[in-house]
Amino acid sequence: MSTRLKSGGRLIDRSAPVEFTFNGKRLRGCAGDTLASALLANDQMLVGRSFKYHRPRGIVASGAEEPNALVNLGAGARLEPNQRTTTTELFDGLEARSQNHWPSLEFDVGVVNNYAARLLPGGFYYKTFIHPRAAWKHVFEPIIRHSAGLGSAPKDRDADRYEQAYAFCDLLIVGGGVAGLQAALVAGRAGARVWLVEQTAHWGGRAPVDGDVIDGQPAADWVEAAVLDLSAMDNVTLRLRCMAAGSYDHGYVLLDEKIADHTPGDGRPKHRLWRMRAGKIIAATGAIERPLSFAGNDIPGVMLAGAVRDYVVNWAVSPGDRTVVVTNNDDAYRTAIALHQAGLEVAAVIDARSIANGPLPERARALGIRVETGRAIARVKGGKRVEAVEICHQAGEGAASTTLPCDAVAMSGGWSPVVHLWSHCGGKLIWDDGEAMFRPDPSRPPLTDDGSAMVLPAGAANGALRAAVADADAQVKIALQALDIASEGDDPPAHVVPDESALEPVWIMPQGAGIALRSKMWLDFQNDVKVADVQLAAREGYESVEHTKRYTTLGMATDQGKLSNINGLAVLADSLNAKIPQVGTTTFRPPYTPVPLGALAGEARGDIFQPLRKTPMHDWHQQNGAYFEPVGHWRRPYCFQRPGETPEQAVHREVKNTREALGLLDASTLGKIIVKGPDAGRFLDMLYTGVMSSLPIGKCRYGLMCNEQGFLSDDGVVARIDDDTWLCHTTSGGADRIHAWMEDWLQCEWWDWQVFTANVTEQYAQVAVVGPNARKLLESLGGMDVSKEALPFMGWADGTLGGFACRVYRISFSGELSYEIAVPASHGAAFWSMLHAAGAAFGAMPYGTEALHVMRAEKGFIMIGDETDGTIIPQDLGLDWAISKKKPDFLGKRGQERSFLANPDRWKLVGFETLDGSVIEDGAYIPEPGMNANNQRKVQGRVTSTYHSPTLGRGIAMGLLRQGPARMGEVVEFTKMDGGVTPARVVNPVFYDKDGEKPNV
Amino acid sequence: MSDPVSALSGASYDGFVAVREIGPLGMITLRAKAGTPGLEAAVQAATGCAMPQVRRIVRQGECAVGWMSPDETLLVLPYGGVAAALTAIAAALQGQHHLAVDVSDARAVFRVEGAKADQVLRKLSPVDFDRLEPGELRRSRTAQVAAAFWAEDGGFTLVCFRSVASYVMGLLSVSARPGAEL
Repeated sequence: MSTRLKSGGRLIDRSAPVEFTFNGKRLRGCAGDTLASALLANDQMLVGRSFKYHRPRGIVASGAEEPNALVNLGAGARLEPNQRTTTTELFDGLEARSQNHWPSLEFDVGVVNNYAARLLPGGFYYKTFIHPRAAWKHVFEPIIRHSAGLGSAPKDRDADRYEQAYAFCDLLIVGGGVAGLQAALVAGRAGARVWLVEQTAHWGGRAPVDGDVIDGQPAADWVEAAVLDLSAMDNVTLRLRCMAAGSYDHGYVLLDEKIADHTPGDGRPKHRLWRMRAGKIIAATGAIERPLSFAGNDIPGVMLAGAVRDYVVNWAVSPGDRTVVVTNNDDAYRTAIALHQAGLEVAAVIDARSIANGPLPERARALGIRVETGRAIARVKGGKRVEAVEICHQAGEGAASTTLPCDAVAMSGGWSPVVHLWSHCGGKLIWDDGEAMFRPDPSRPPLTDDGSAMVLPAGAANGALRAAVADADAQVKIALQALDIASEGDDPPAHVVPDESALEPVWIMPQGAGIALRSKMWLDFQNDVKVADVQLAAREGYESVEHTKRYTTLGMATDQGKLSNINGLAVLADSLNAKIPQVGTTTFRPPYTPVPLGALAGEARGDIFQPLRKTPMHDWHQQNGAYFEPVGHWRRPYCFQRPGETPEQAVHREVKNTREALGLLDASTLGKIIVKGPDAGRFLDMLYTGVMSSLPIGKCRYGLMCNEQGFLSDDGVVARIDDDTWLCHTTSGGADRIHAWMEDWLQCEWWDWQVFTANVTEQYAQVAVVGPNARKLLESLGGMDVSKEALPFMGWADGTLGGFACRVYRISFSGELSYEIAVPASHGAAFWSMLHAAGAAFGAMPYGTEALHVMRAEKGFIMIGDETDGTIIPQDLGLDWAISKKKPDFLGKRGQERSFLANPDRWKLVGFETLDGSVIEDGAYIPEPGMNANNQRKVQGRVTSTYHSPTLGRGIAMGLLRQGPARMGEVVEFTKMDGGVTPARVVNPVFYDKDGEKPNV
Repeated sequence: MSDPVSALSGASYDGFVAVREIGPLGMITLRAKAGTPGLEAAVQAATGCAMPQVRRIVRQGECAVGWMSPDETLLVLPYGGVAAALTAIAAALQGQHHLAVDVSDARAVFRVEGAKADQVLRKLSPVDFDRLEPGELRRSRTAQVAAAFWAEDGGFTLVCFRSVASYVMGLLSVSARPGAEL
């Protein structure tokens, strides 16, 4: 059984007990524990079930590479699924629940029936998707959803907050082990701006556990001194609990800092995502130990050898009273020695190599530890925990010679450098035969903007498993030189570790194992991929490692194959009779370990999820029943609801009131761009299809803008302000785009034209005063002359109204007598309130965008985005009158002359009147007989705007119809969602005031 | 005429730094190519400031002038002084191609003050604040919207568009909440 040792534990504080629960059971740990160490201290060996087969699973590792020990952490608004117990710091009140069990962790139906193993062979997903879809939908999916899956998805809104921050440095050093610390010391002393980040809560990495000696002192002491030195340097930033998730082009790195994971609810952000731009990146990310593939290597109690000594040394936790160490290298002997020193029994060291006589094995023997060379584990016995191991010859087929009772197995298949940051951005790997590992190929680094290496690996991450400090020292000096920062040429401190003899690659144990054993050798613990599955994939023709990965799901779990990838591809290579470097690795992709979605969203949630643009009158709208709709990033009132009204009723009331009395519209969102200069007229003549240069001062003209292809892009009224100044109104959503469009042409194409533009959209609050009483209201305010004579239709004038300095445009989008009045935005709310107060006597009511839409549709006015969709030219909409025939050129002119756009057969704008007065459905098509090449019904047109007209008391619509204007009076049929049709007569699109007399009074 | 009202009527938030909306403030966008005769005189007449160097802002009492682009400067001055400044500019640049326009009401202005004021902006703008020089005007963004800012008087002055003032206030407040110090 696993338990807490009486003494030791360099990271725990026994005087600070911590209470937590696991599956509702109250347990105790110490400050400094991880959840994993605390669970082991409570003999909780079984912590979860595997994804497919529901096999019992225990803790395998002690760090980020852990595949098994994932839990649902927290509850309610703080529930986080798939949290690794090995990287979760223990805190008082922590709640954890195991995952993947049904109905309970101790008793799982999946294993009892063993149906899962039969149902889900290797390549299960591929084969299932190929078979009839019905089988997936009705048979497999319900079963898998019920039995498999990882943690539970949180249902509540996240109670925590997250943020992001930007940072810049010369040198980002990732990994706070001795290599990273040495690199930081050198770079810090050289005066470089340095960031050193470490994913765990402690500096020093493995060296203090492994008993390294640096600069004549125990590694732990050297680490402490180094951190003290670094803390005193202003140019060095140190961050613990900060994981480098990915490296991207030009030295961009995302860092996920866990701020309050271990102090939930203390008011601090839970995580902070740093968006770092670094001159160079030092990847001192260490190495990860590889499991060995022997039968039963997934039974709780089988752990990585390095993890076993981490638990003993760091947290004073013994995984078992009697441990078998199984290895192919000298490093694992450190574990045997550490266990022995902690007073625990090492049943034997099973070494697959025929000779083991390096300093570490000799030391183990001297301590009286039994060492068996040339041996292997044939199988592990046990169910929910290890009971014994059967020993055989590594060279054989697995015939057991001895059975060794034990309650833990410490395995080591060698170490693999953590090359993720190197590989994310294109760094290549080479195979190191001596250490049986992939390491960064110094001749093919990821490149940055100047063609130099962007990432420099250092220490174990560079394959320097035993001389980390010296290697890091050399690498950081290369980086500093590349950054043109002079560094002192001091020699690195001596980093003394015992010599180790060569390891012997062992990918299957024993090497001649038959199918029964191979079917129990786990490669990917989380996704239940075994040696036999990879071999099956190879036999079925999946020769590419990327295909094998997807076929078997090897390395596709939340741990992204940190333990399984190298072993898996070695097995694949062996099955294909290929060399490992020929098979290669799968692609390393960010993030290194999962990053919460909350951290990626940062501050963008709730009220500040997205910028909402507000006009100066927004608060008034909110207080007066506005029912808002988004228009670009603006929020505009769709209508103003009165108590008891539906939005539809409100719209009808607003239309009628505006037509009969007086309506007030907040038109502030309308784009307003000033265009000024000696070439401004010529410039606008190019931008608009009509002529703007001839517009007299004091007058307004409606204009259309097309893109180069000739398609209609925006429209609006242009006012001539003075000799060389025009004001261009754009659509509400189009202001920024049209301003950028203007600048694009001025800066890139017509750079020698003397024109300046300025977007003054937000400088003005603009109010449309609309309806038969409009003039009466303005005259009652006192100020400028707004009579027909002084200010005729399509004219504008500056003046004052009710004491407000304003500019008044006589333009109408409703077909009524209408004034659009612009005042400085700082006075907008006051002006708007004054109009309402004074307008009450004339029946004034505010109206929203829907009433605006209905009224313009009654007038047959087009709306950008309704009648246009990027494929419509002005001629389609009957707007030929707004296109100059005299101008030699304008943007879109040549586009419109292309044969397809000039085709008389095009769909053109007409009005539609339903025969029964009903409203045509939004988006309805006008089909015609026959089917097209795709076996779909042929169509001859579609509706673009369709409304109930309160003015006419019936449905009206505009739409596009092939040769539409030539078919007036014809009855066509519109589709309906329920399969029926709506017959409608083709009519003139102007339904109201066909002669346009009303606005011109 | 009513009293001018800034976008948020002087909203404020006290976190680990103080955030407050100021204004209304007078602002003029002046566009003219560098070297236009009369340009320096126009800026001088309107604000009393010399033309700023590239990416710099110069201050003279209540007025300041910032470099916005090779052919654009931002004039900052008391709200009530805009009309007179525009007249002065028009006189100095008579006959020269230029555009001077009142944008006072198109903007919202914030002050972010306190020893850690930079930390709030570090969360929102991809700007290297360690390298931000005295008198440097940065045109950048805060989260999802455009912004310009510069350091002065123990804090930062930040300018954004008026319509997004409440969004920017939200950003600054959330980023300044106690416990979120970098």
